[in-house]
Amino acid sequence: MSTNPLHTPPPLQDSAIARTPRDRSPRRTRLNHIRRHLWNRIVMGLAVLSTIIVIAPLVAILFYLIYKGASSLNLAFFTHIPAPVGEPGGGMANAILGSGIILGLASLMGIPVGIAAGVYLAEFGRGKLLGSAIRFTADVLNGVPSIVMGISIYSLIVMQQKHFSAFAGGVALAIMMVPTITRTTEEMLATVPHAIREAAYGLGVPKWRTVLSVTLKTASPGIITGCMLAFARVAGETAPLLFTAFGNQFWSFNMNEPIAALPLQIYIYAISPYDEWHRLAWAGSLVLIVMIMAAVTLVRIYANRGVLKGAS
Amino acid sequence: MSRSSGKVADTTFSAIMLVCALSIFAIVLFILSILIARSKLSLHQFGWKFFTRSAWDPVAGDFGAFPFIFGTLATSLLALLMAVPLALGVAVFLTELCPQKLRSPISFITELLAAIPSVVYGLWAVFVLVPVMRDQLGPFLEKYFGWTHLFGGYNFGVGLLTASIILAIMILPIISSITRDIMLAVPISQREGVLALGATRWEMIRTGVLRNARIGIVGAIILGLGRALGETMAVTMVIGNHAEIPTSLFSPGYTLASVIANEFSEATGDVYLSALIEIGLALFLVTIVVNAIARALVWAVTRGAPARAH
Repeated sequence: MSTNPLHTPPPLQDSAIARTPRDRSPRRTRLNHIRRHLWNRIVMGLAVLSTIIVIAPLVAILFYLIYKGASSLNLAFFTHIPAPVGEPGGGMANAILGSGIILGLASLMGIPVGIAAGVYLAEFGRGKLLGSAIRFTADVLNGVPSIVMGISIYSLIVMQQKHFSAFAGGVALAIMMVPTITRTTEEMLATVPHAIREAAYGLGVPKWRTVLSVTLKTASPGIITGCMLAFARVAGETAPLLFTAFGNQFWSFNMNEPIAALPLQIYIYAISPYDEWHRLAWAGSLVLIVMIMAAVTLVRIYANRGVLKGAS
Repeated sequence: MSRSSGKVADTTFSAIMLVCALSIFAIVLFILSILIARSKLSLHQFGWKFFTRSAWDPVAGDFGAFPFIFGTLATSLLALLMAVPLALGVAVFLTELCPQKLRSPISFITELLAAIPSVVYGLWAVFVLVPVMRDQLGPFLEKYFGWTHLFGGYNFGVGLLTASIILAIMILPIISSITRDIMLAVPISQREGVLALGATRWEMIRTGVLRNARIGIVGAIILGLGRALGETMAVTMVIGNHAEIPTSLFSPGYTLASVIANEFSEATGDVYLSALIEIGLALFLVTIVVNAIARALVWAVTRGAPARAH
């Protein structure tokens, strides 16, 4: 146990409390008392202040987003494709659809692999060196910058095919979903009591059947939460799509062609010099963030009410 | 179902699960190998000097990554400088001070901050932070802190400082939420023991909580650093994208991630493309190392800790 730093008692001899009683004259003790409590007040005040400073930008960002976004949202935004430069109006209908297609592709590839890897870690790899190595790699992969994913998939798929495609974008996002889903699935499966598995084995159910219909089923609320969070995380990703899905000003339904995506469109419009396009960028951001926050909030409500608390 | 067919099914099932788990290794190896393969041209032509030279001339085909490395390190470290004290303050407030009723909404808000996409932060920075920087904050800093020579030159609003501020806002949630988890993992008996000796609340937090959690907190900070090093979109939108060593905090700069984002799709010529991919390779290796260190530190502390409570 002594390897865990949390369980080793603090060395008292050099702590403030141990130092104070050395000089026992009443005046010194009193001054010391005042000093210690003043410090206490100051530091606690700083903690409250920093919380306020942290919350302020969020409120500012949200306020601006709602104010700017809501005033430029209209029906055309959801039904029209981008208008040519100089013409007013236009919308991001193709980008919303494109995001849907790319995210659908990514989920189709990323979710099964992620869940299966999580099942391996929780049911087969517990206590094994290989299991720990995979767990660690997943955590590290989670921190790889999304732009690196973008250029890797570009090098692998786009360079071979010689054109940008919706498929390449889907693969890039799928790779980013896998580690998150793996780790949550594993954590959720670990909370399933062992007695349930043993009950299934006792009835003669083979292990694969037990995992699929007993363990996974029991942990499903938490696993769904994990998938939704991974989905919400990649839904706003721009960098991996820059060189894979590339963007498109028109409708596209073909997996083998460049396709528009909401975050990409926001980026292109935000750095453009046209006011009309800035307006659309704000509207797009509002739509994107409402979608992501709805997913996160739903998941949180669901997770807090479900069997498995603390899933998020 | 006969016993042997059950056994076959079991073996197949565990094999499929193993293959999916191994795919995580495969992804990392694949990224590494393809980046090395595609950057071979630049690796051969420039060697190790690539990282210390500051030439960036696509027309002449002469490339060096030093300005980008400098920009990445400068913005990330500045962002940490701003974010770490605030994140620690938030974590202390949430675990030790906050009334139970406020705890859930505040941690929810910090989680929302983490859910906002990078490009939306960038949009906000371009239209709100940049004008404030140009017209209010910048002149203020120049007037009162100009003597440090950090705030010289012409202030466009975009530049190192603006990028660092938006980075700090973006990495705050991750640092504060992990620090909070680590502080919650410190046993309550530690706190009670220190309080029983007559400590004030701050002394209790310092000696009983922070001292025990320090390794994990360092891990959380390094994790934040990893995030800052690779952050692309928001930084690209406000850093000014200028491949020279900045001379002041107002100067426009460039980072490793933003040079890829900006120039990759316009890169003409094989050497240009492979130089950009080599920058990606460097970014990949650095973030892998940084994240591995951070994870190892966080794991060392939270291992065996009680389940995370909300």
